[in-house]
Amino acid sequence: MPRTEIRWHGRGGQGAVTAAIIVAQAAIFEGKYAQAYPEFGAERRGAPVCAYSRVSDEPIYTRAPITKPDVVVVLDPTLSKDIYMKGLKSGGLLLINTKKSVDEVKKMVGRDDIKVATVDATSIALQTLGAPIVNTAMVGALVKVLPIVKLESVEKAISENFSGRIAEANIQAVRKAYESVVW
Amino acid sequence: MSMGEELPKYFEIPIAGTILEPGNTVKIPTGEWRAFRPIIDKEKCVRCLLCWAYCPDGAIIIVDQPYKTASGREYKFSVEIDYYHCKGCGICAQECPVKAIQMVEEVK
Amino acid sequence: MTEVKWKRLPLNSNYAVAYAVKDCDVDVVAAYPITPQTTVVEKISEFIANGELDAEMIHVESEHSALSAVVGAAAVGARVFTATASQGLELMHEILHIASGLRLPVVMTIAARALSAPISIWCDYGDVMNTRDTSWITLIASSAQEVYDTVIQAFKIAEDPRVLLPVMVAYDGYLMSHTYEPVYVAEDPTPIREFVPKNPKSRIVLDPEKPVTMGPIARPEWYYEIKYQQVEAMKRAYDVVKEVDAEFGKRFGRSYGVIETYKLEDADVAVLTYGGIFGTLREAIDAMRSSGLKVGGIRLRLFRPFPYREIVDAVKHLKLLIVADRAISYGARIAGPVAMEIMSVLYRESEKPEVMSVAVGIGQRTVTEQDFVELVKLGLKFLEEKRVPNETIYWGVRGVTYG
Repeated sequence: MPRTEIRWHGRGGQGAVTAAIIVAQAAIFEGKYAQAYPEFGAERRGAPVCAYSRVSDEPIYTRAPITKPDVVVVLDPTLSKDIYMKGLKSGGLLLINTKKSVDEVKKMVGRDDIKVATVDATSIALQTLGAPIVNTAMVGALVKVLPIVKLESVEKAISENFSGRIAEANIQAVRKAYESVVW
Repeated sequence: MSMGEELPKYFEIPIAGTILEPGNTVKIPTGEWRAFRPIIDKEKCVRCLLCWAYCPDGAIIIVDQPYKTASGREYKFSVEIDYYHCKGCGICAQECPVKAIQMVEEVK
Repeated sequence: MTEVKWKRLPLNSNYAVAYAVKDCDVDVVAAYPITPQTTVVEKISEFIANGELDAEMIHVESEHSALSAVVGAAAVGARVFTATASQGLELMHEILHIASGLRLPVVMTIAARALSAPISIWCDYGDVMNTRDTSWITLIASSAQEVYDTVIQAFKIAEDPRVLLPVMVAYDGYLMSHTYEPVYVAEDPTPIREFVPKNPKSRIVLDPEKPVTMGPIARPEWYYEIKYQQVEAMKRAYDVVKEVDAEFGKRFGRSYGVIETYKLEDADVAVLTYGGIFGTLREAIDAMRSSGLKVGGIRLRLFRPFPYREIVDAVKHLKLLIVADRAISYGARIAGPVAMEIMSVLYRESEKPEVMSVAVGIGQRTVTEQDFVELVKLGLKFLEEKRVPNETIYWGVRGVTYG
């Protein structure tokens, strides 16, 4: 597998950083190489935040921020597309939390050289977690569209980060999003 | 620049200048610094030992020597000064409640 | 010797520190939280709380107190640890000299962070470089794995009777402290503890049964000799650092050297830097090599004692050495602290490259592969035109252009 660079966009409190970490953890559990880090700053609930994951079969050395991502994951559809579309590679993937259709999103972002996937992660999160924390649902959707890591590895990573009922609810969110993502 | 040829070389000094021999300051004749010498009047002294408590150098010595004053008062011990270490600071004289310690100029 | 079994975990460098501290069975930890170091101590607290580490955690009101507390604990023979960054390291500064002057084997990690003012919580090495003359052995790691391994090595180096100096292990704040990556940690700490056995009897400690006075006043006829002992200890540390790293490699299969080189053998030009961005440099070198440029890389892993022998050997065949420093010595003509060091080391060498000093990543200004490509391009242009600047290039600062 060549190196996959993922940029996560959300707002403080939605768990974008944790999502980036879960993907890297899952990859590392599988023996792959991975890196995950937040865009560092004074994090505040509601403010736009950004996080990065890199996954590869080969060691990763660079610590430069990802400016030309293969994948952009948008946790909050109200974010400006000018922020999250920046640098997305031609042939890359945009995965977005929205009730809109794939075609509507394509039209909205004005790019026909990329793959678009949509999932209604907010509804899934409200159903499973009872709160609009969409990060784990977005991870579930991502690994369906782009199987860089296995679903089981994601579930293992979630069990490392959460415990008991919260872990179970998050695993439910992952599975539901895995089933319902469209592209 | 060169100082004290007779002093130990760097590798002869314990690490970090640590002093391995405890209590070695008793060897230093700090009594030589004294300008005024405390003299205890054994007649006036009531053996309260405030001087002993206040002395910053532990230079007040309790001597196992009974003493009877002219007025007939009997003490089981006496108080003396360790002149080898006493720096003559005068704290004992200042603190003595019965003014039994006089500071007398040293004549050398 | 117990055979080591590794588990591969996703850890950031802060957590890698905590695992190493646990595996070395540290006795006393005192620290004060400061971004981006905080999670080091949080994780250690967790290990103590869940019984994985039997240590005393002393809660203090400042970094000055944190280092003072571990200095006291080290003086009675405990294995001690603390961690800080930036202003916290500055507040410790006075005690940095006490720890080394008392020859106490304190181990401390630094999640390197820029200094105020203005306030920056982001990475550069201004804090670490400010401790240059404090007589601390200073190692700089470039991956979370190396952080784990180096903290273990640090205890062995510090406590070696030939050394008895404190050791600082630094790594990039955020760029490493908060970046998750795969790290092999020991499944069972026994082999690690065998590698760094505790032996407080091998040094003078405070003991009521055998009283000593530590840190007495030293008059002019004594002070100089006692400080010269530190000069000698640093010289010995140079060998001990290498010896411990080699022994670690033999025992556990990973070693790093005091400098690391990358594609240097046939290079005409090389970039030297330190910390996490060496990884970025590596990838830039791969890209430049594929376009035919003979470029190599050098990473400084040991800053104090300065590994002059390895540096001289590594660079003598080069035409140009670009030293990318992550700190500024204000008012110096060559203002990169490591560039300064390298130029002084090369002064008496007959075979030596031109040296170009560059400041990069100040206050975590982004450093990408492209930055290194452009820097090499600029350096080669200067070299060709025989005008390699005699002062530091402030790479990427708005309002100044070079060329």
